[in-house]
Amino acid sequence: MKRRKLDVKQLPAKVAGEVDDRFHAATPLRGILNKVFPDHWSFLLGEIALFSFIVLLLTGTFLALFFEPSMQEVVYDGSYTPLRGMHMSRAFETSLELSFDVRGGLIMRQMHHWAALLFMAAIVIHMCRIFFTGAFRKPRELNWILGMLMFWLGFLEGFAGYSLPDDALSGTGLRIASAIMLSIPIVGSWVTTSLFGGEFPGEIILERFYILHVFLLPLVLLTLITVHIGLVFIQKHTQWPGPGRTNNNVVGERFVPRYTIKQAGFFMMVFGVIALMGGLFQINPIWLFGPYEAAVVSAGSQPDWYVMFLDGSTRLMPAWEIRAFGYTIPPLLWPTVVLPGILTVVPMLYPWIEARFTKDRGHHNLLQRPRDMPERTGFGVASITFYLVLALSGGNDVIADKFHISLNAMTWAGRIGLLVLPPLGYYLGRRIALGLQQHDREVLAHGVETGIIKLLPNGQYVEVHQPLAPVDDHGHPEQLPYAGWTVPKKMNRLGALGPAIKGFFKPAEPASPPKTPPALPAKDKDKVH
Amino acid sequence: MTEKSRFEIVREGARKDGIEIVHYESQFAPGSKTENRMVRIVAFFFLLSGFAGLAFVAAYVWWPFTDFPSVDGWEYAPGNSPMKGFTPILGLTLGVTLLALGLGILTWGKKLMPHEIAIQERHVGGSSPEERKLTGNTLAFIGQEFGLSRRPLLKVALAAPAAGLGAAALAVPVGMLIKDPHHPDIFFTTGFNPVNNNGKPVRLMREDNTYIRPEDVSVGGQITAFPATADGHGASNKYADSPVLLIHLRQQDADHLRGQLQNHSQNKLQNPSDPNSGGMYGNLVAYSKICTHAGCPASLYEQQTNKLLCPCHQSQFLITENARPVFGPATRRLPMLPIGLDEEGFLYAKSDFGGVPVGPAFWEKPEA
Ligand code: HEM
Ligand code: FES
Repeated sequence: MKRRKLDVKQLPAKVAGEVDDRFHAATPLRGILNKVFPDHWSFLLGEIALFSFIVLLLTGTFLALFFEPSMQEVVYDGSYTPLRGMHMSRAFETSLELSFDVRGGLIMRQMHHWAALLFMAAIVIHMCRIFFTGAFRKPRELNWILGMLMFWLGFLEGFAGYSLPDDALSGTGLRIASAIMLSIPIVGSWVTTSLFGGEFPGEIILERFYILHVFLLPLVLLTLITVHIGLVFIQKHTQWPGPGRTNNNVVGERFVPRYTIKQAGFFMMVFGVIALMGGLFQINPIWLFGPYEAAVVSAGSQPDWYVMFLDGSTRLMPAWEIRAFGYTIPPLLWPTVVLPGILTVVPMLYPWIEARFTKDRGHHNLLQRPRDMPERTGFGVASITFYLVLALSGGNDVIADKFHISLNAMTWAGRIGLLVLPPLGYYLGRRIALGLQQHDREVLAHGVETGIIKLLPNGQYVEVHQPLAPVDDHGHPEQLPYAGWTVPKKMNRLGALGPAIKGFFKPAEPASPPKTPPALPAKDKDKVH
Repeated sequence: MTEKSRFEIVREGARKDGIEIVHYESQFAPGSKTENRMVRIVAFFFLLSGFAGLAFVAAYVWWPFTDFPSVDGWEYAPGNSPMKGFTPILGLTLGVTLLALGLGILTWGKKLMPHEIAIQERHVGGSSPEERKLTGNTLAFIGQEFGLSRRPLLKVALAAPAAGLGAAALAVPVGMLIKDPHHPDIFFTTGFNPVNNNGKPVRLMREDNTYIRPEDVSVGGQITAFPATADGHGASNKYADSPVLLIHLRQQDADHLRGQLQNHSQNKLQNPSDPNSGGMYGNLVAYSKICTHAGCPASLYEQQTNKLLCPCHQSQFLITENARPVFGPATRRLPMLPIGLDEEGFLYAKSDFGGVPVGPAFWEKPEA
């Protein structure tokens, strides 16, 4: 047989052919490449969580190469002189080594910590986006539940990580965690001793937390993230209403290339921001806190931000202990076990709760603007208010100190605020939503304010409005249906003042000659509304 | 194949998946000045990213330059990463590398790739009734194939391995982990229990393992004390439940507290004529430092008000009244360690907190 010459140009096609021969991939691959994704800035919030999770995996793996979760007591003799001669656990010692002796170890620790904070922040903001736009409605309830689960898993994962270095703050956090477990009725003391392998702190807790932190929880999180994103793929992303967009289509860009490219760029940006923060902003300087000692704690020590709301609820809880039949229910149970329980179950059921109230059980692929669901918006604002009061109360000693307020006053303000402010938040959120919606409807019905004031023969002043819809023979604009989407409210949105010039320091394009404003129909000119 | 016809093929392929590309347009005329500028911007970002990456590597290898170019100049001098700007320089160079790369990619995607609008149809709701019927029957038939309803014996028999395996799966992890908190009763004993000192009463000591004499604590002052256990680790986290705050009260405060001791069986005077027969010794009193709320060290002593503040959730304890909680979420007083003076003039614990468990409350914890 004659040897054929290798034709380089034909090579990709040939390889592709060989691949398809084996995997029958052409059809499904094309479906994925061409899959249409809608675009909006608010759809990127979940991506930030995903990207910071990837950064956590990368930096965490680096840390795991040097960190030892050992509670064995050692005497420090390393390069950070102020702590030399101190008794500490091997875990704390290796964390110090990571910070001072491993080349680039500190930036990895700091990037890991900042990425963890960003991860949780992105989850929370993403969740707010889902809530306020109604993206949790049928058929996406499962993804809403998965999101809630991932928040709590991230919470636990972060807490476990925070405990690992065994510095003064992590030990204090762990001790409070053990007290929280102790407060569980009936089994509390058994749960605590079983987890800690005896009384706090025992000798094994860090090893257990380590395997949770670097293996089990990341594995579960990774699985849930995969399912979460898989469901977005299968169910297709929701979209905002707008021209041509219906419940039965997706308007956007094909997945590859432009959409993917933008995602890749965005990932690099998130990664870059984390790198900058990890290098430039100090976080968790464990060498300043020192190793954990049961008898030492400093005032103003704060947990990571996502734990603060539970710290706050713990601080605000009145001293109510229940004693009955010789048994005790400690006050700690309510703010740290019962409240998180409620905060898990009620949000998970929310999609069905809302459907019950609205009697709406249809499929929804179009998002709602917050203003179009005033009750939901009000409820959301109330929830955020509730959360903020708790989170601020988690730092109430710092606030009291900085602003010279009495601590007791701060506590009482928090207790009262927790009851009074959420209803106020509901009222305000609902009113603002209604007001915005009302204004949209007005503009739809009467047109855009032109800023042109006319004096009528009878001495009355009126403003001329530019209708959005064509006018009929009598000069009355057609009734436009309310579509739940942005209504132009300024004349230049209608092209009246010429397009805005694009570009940062200088125009990106040569200025086009100003367009003449659309001539108002002759009849319309004298028309007033 | 010309470009035009290839796009037509793409469009046709998309159509097969229910996707219509309705708008497809380059943002700038090919070869126009603006397009060329965009190309240059992208190239600039990529170059910047590359240079910053090299700078990162250079800093990683050679920083700090002070040692350069000595023989081991490329070797990192440990112990100074937060100092000498090493970490900030790494962060800055790595950050710029990634941000510039990101900006380059974004500009490429957003500006140089044609803008498009594609519409894909989506199917609302589930599968067709036909499909549901077929799959539903397939599932139902699987159940039928097992034939459990016709074979009741198997139904019963199946329960056995299910129960057995389930119990085994539960027993192993639970059995491995479980630790009885009451045998020995670890929550009710601390380092001050004489068992930790070969049966002899346990002295109080400082963190540096030195014993304490009453005059070591100045009037109005306080120190943290630990159990002087035989193993020498009394101040370590092994005895995390044991630290106490030893306070030397001023005279009138001490008198007030002495009057209050009677309110608590553990603290009260055993012999009414001997003021040292209760929890206090002279004007000295030792309270557990472990907050009864969640276990933080309640250690901020406010001399003027005689309150002890726990920094974790701001519970406040009035030390002149048996350390009862007066503010915040704590519900229980801090247990008092009954102290006395031994023959050598050192303070020691007369008993282990009188049998009251220290620290946070739990289900079985008795009224204190
Ligand atoms: C969602 C995922 C994760 C979160 C929220 C998270 C959070 C944290 C936090 C807050 C810390 C304390 C950092 C500090 O020392 O300042 C930490 C430490 C640590 N993490 Fe993670 N982490 C995650 C994933 C991972 C993964 C996947 C690994 C390993 C494969 C890992 C390995 C470590 C190690 C070894 C430490 C101890 C570092 C030290 O003490 O210096 N983490 N983590
Ligand atoms: S631990 Fe002391 S107040 Fe909570």
